[in-house]
Amino acid sequence: MIPVSSHTLSIDGLHKRFGALHVLRGIDMQFEPGSVTAILGHNGSGKTTLIKTILGLVKPDAGRLFFDGQKLSADAAYRARIGYMPQIARFPENLTGTELLAMLKDLRGNPAALDEELLGAFALKNELAKPLRTLSGGTRQKVSAVIAFLFQPSFIILDEPTAGLDPVASRVLKDKIIDEREKGTTFVLTSHLLSEVEELADRIVFLLDGQIRFAGTATDLKATTGHPELERAIAHLMTEAAA
Amino acid sequence: MTRLLLTILLLTVLPAQAQDHLTVSPDGPMQSVAEALAQVAPGGTVVIEAGVYQEPPLVIDKPMTLQGQGDVILDGQSEHQILTITADSVTVRGLTFRNVGVSFIEDRAAVKVDDASHCLIENNHFVDTFFGIYLARTANCRVVGNELYASGETETKSGNGIHLWYCKNITVADNYITGHRDGIYFEFVEDSRVAGNLSERNLRYGLHFMFSDRCQYHDNTFQYNDAGVAVMYTEHVEMYRNRFAHNWGSAAYGLLLKDIIDSHIEGNVFEQNTIGMYAEGSNRVVIQDNTFRENGWAVKIMANALDNEFTRNSFVANTFDVATNSRQSYSTFDGNYWDKYQGYDLDRDGVGDVPFRPVRLFALLVEQNEPSLLLLRSMFVDLLDAAERVLPVLTPETLVDTQPAMHPPMQP
Amino acid sequence: MNATAKILTYELQDVLRSRGVIAYAVFFLLLTEALLQFGSSTASVLLSLMNVVLLLLPLVSLVFGTMYLYNARDFVELLLSQPIRRPHLFGGLYLGLAVPLATGFLAGTCLPFLWHGVEAASHAQTLLVLALTGTALTFIFVALAFLIAVRFEDKARGLGVALVVWLFLAVLYDGLVLLALHMFANYPLETPALVLTLLNPVDLARVLLLLQVDISALMGYTGAVFERFFGSLFGVGVASAALLVWLAVPLFFGLRRFNRKDF
Repeated sequence: MIPVSSHTLSIDGLHKRFGALHVLRGIDMQFEPGSVTAILGHNGSGKTTLIKTILGLVKPDAGRLFFDGQKLSADAAYRARIGYMPQIARFPENLTGTELLAMLKDLRGNPAALDEELLGAFALKNELAKPLRTLSGGTRQKVSAVIAFLFQPSFIILDEPTAGLDPVASRVLKDKIIDEREKGTTFVLTSHLLSEVEELADRIVFLLDGQIRFAGTATDLKATTGHPELERAIAHLMTEAAA
Repeated sequence: MTRLLLTILLLTVLPAQAQDHLTVSPDGPMQSVAEALAQVAPGGTVVIEAGVYQEPPLVIDKPMTLQGQGDVILDGQSEHQILTITADSVTVRGLTFRNVGVSFIEDRAAVKVDDASHCLIENNHFVDTFFGIYLARTANCRVVGNELYASGETETKSGNGIHLWYCKNITVADNYITGHRDGIYFEFVEDSRVAGNLSERNLRYGLHFMFSDRCQYHDNTFQYNDAGVAVMYTEHVEMYRNRFAHNWGSAAYGLLLKDIIDSHIEGNVFEQNTIGMYAEGSNRVVIQDNTFRENGWAVKIMANALDNEFTRNSFVANTFDVATNSRQSYSTFDGNYWDKYQGYDLDRDGVGDVPFRPVRLFALLVEQNEPSLLLLRSMFVDLLDAAERVLPVLTPETLVDTQPAMHPPMQP
Repeated sequence: MNATAKILTYELQDVLRSRGVIAYAVFFLLLTEALLQFGSSTASVLLSLMNVVLLLLPLVSLVFGTMYLYNARDFVELLLSQPIRRPHLFGGLYLGLAVPLATGFLAGTCLPFLWHGVEAASHAQTLLVLALTGTALTFIFVALAFLIAVRFEDKARGLGVALVVWLFLAVLYDGLVLLALHMFANYPLETPALVLTLLNPVDLARVLLLLQVDISALMGYTGAVFERFFGSLFGVGVASAALLVWLAVPLFFGLRRFNRKDF
């Protein structure tokens, strides 16, 4: 398959094994600029592995990834254009939030263009002075979200972004996602909250046993499965697989 | 007045007549030491004034005093002995003897006393004199405050600093000896005393004696000698408060005892020697209140050494405290301080409640196989030692200090 | 400033604030201070320190190093999602632990000597060799720890392997050497013994220290061979090279593994 440069990210024939476990079995995907893709699937379906492969945390056994038309290699420069919010945010225990942000900025050569909107929206100023180990799980999630958006990336990966956030913070984050998409940022997210998926995602990719079982809009999914509610439609895909 | 004139006349006209006091100087009326020695009356004094004198071998054959005034150098021109004393009651004082020259045939010396008594050799300097002071068949002499320097390179081409052979009642005190074959050498010497000397950097032994009964050695320092100190075949030796230090080498001993009987070694310090004290065939020697510090082996005692008593000694920072060549031990160790002792003292009487076994298994392994020494201070070896201490299988069961001291005694 | 140096700076901030490294430095400080207060002589103080350097220091470096890398896993993931190359991160992490550990050791052991003073020049030299070998062992064993931690996913298993490696290098290896020396007692063994020493960093450090401390005991033939070897420029070169190999090999394989590893 020839990479199409209009895609932010294109994945081509991706395979990954962990020992005997064949986690990803031939994934082909394209991500359009300014789109939000939700990757769904039950536990162990390969969602996190797929995300980590995009980030270069996991090395694929076969297949190629192209980011902005460039093949991914050991060169880490492409990650300057990716923002990532992991499922569970854990940081060096003894650093403060301020120091962590300073470190990340420093590591990227202190770029001038920064998006610190979430910092204010989450009212984090006071929390940043404390050592990260003393922060609550929710606060750490907020710090993690700030980091994901901080460097104005063109591609943002959010792994269960609202898990652990209170409803207010959750709303702030979702609004931020919608705003940024309007500006052309590409999103990939995973979530267990289907309402969230329905609200944010342009496209749903359903992974099953390391393969793409379904890819398309929510409307397509409902039409294909014949269920008017997304939750039922997803459940349908899962039971179908089990059968 | 006439009498005075007569005296002057006699003095000038009859110079060959014996006189009580003569002065030798490089530019005076009397320029030859040999001549002055011939002319001086028995019991008289010859004073030599500052200068360098190259004379034929000198002989003193009557009681007299030979004394230097200022920097007096008697030079043997590396060819011959300088001074031989064959009479009793001779004093030699304040002279510098130099350049005797090596001989492989005779024991040439700067000052040789032969078959005489009551001599005093005091405050002289000796520089490159092969043998320095040599006393043979001599009694009741004193060798005091001399300094002997030699720059010999090999044992065979060097003589001893102070050499005594068949002597009695001699005092050798406060001398400094360096660079000789043996610093102080005794053979067949009896009832003599060696005190306050410093003997260092000699090519073989700092002190070396054999067949010399009833002698005392105290407050001397023997250090940096190539082979340390060796004493042999002697009874009733008394060694007090000496310092045996820095004698390093594969055959260097702070103090080597061979067939020493009924003797006392007390209050000495043995520091930084390859082997602090080595005892072979030595019996009934009392070794007490000594300090053994930072030696490779503090004490090596062979199985043929019997009934020696090690009491109140202090063993600190030695690589091996005691080594032996047998599973038997015929000497006793009691009330010594061992820095490696790990026992306790519940009744607080200063004596450890658990016996201490100073012989390490590893010392035995090294005796059998020298390269294993490389495993010194390895955890594995320490574990082996600990196991052996708990349950002795190879080390001497009877070599044990049943009353180890908890604290080092106050010692130099 | 390149990425390794930047990561190192932040790692230092993090590690220096963790109680572990501070406790480690304080331990050495108190130990040395106590030994100097109550020890009978500088020589015996140096002997006790030598035992600690040969046994405890490798153990602490190994355990600390493996635990550190396992615990840093989230941090590693965070940084790897940033535009940072893996070799830079590995280098930063390694130096970020090895440098504080070595500094803690050096400060802890050397500072008390500063205010107590050193009796003799020979003791100063021994202290210098002790400081150098201790530093070398720290860097080597942190490298081994990193290799173990990237090689084994499971924390408990990695820790177990670290302990086995320590037990082997610090204790069992010498047992095998002793056995070999006695089995071949009839052959000239000085050169093989020399080679065996070079093959184990703990033994190499131990022998370098022995040559300082137990000089009187080592004056025999074996000692002479070793002194001549390690006293020569060639010997110092070979010993340094051996230590460098012990540093480079684990680091190389550790980095290779780290580069290919999935997080």
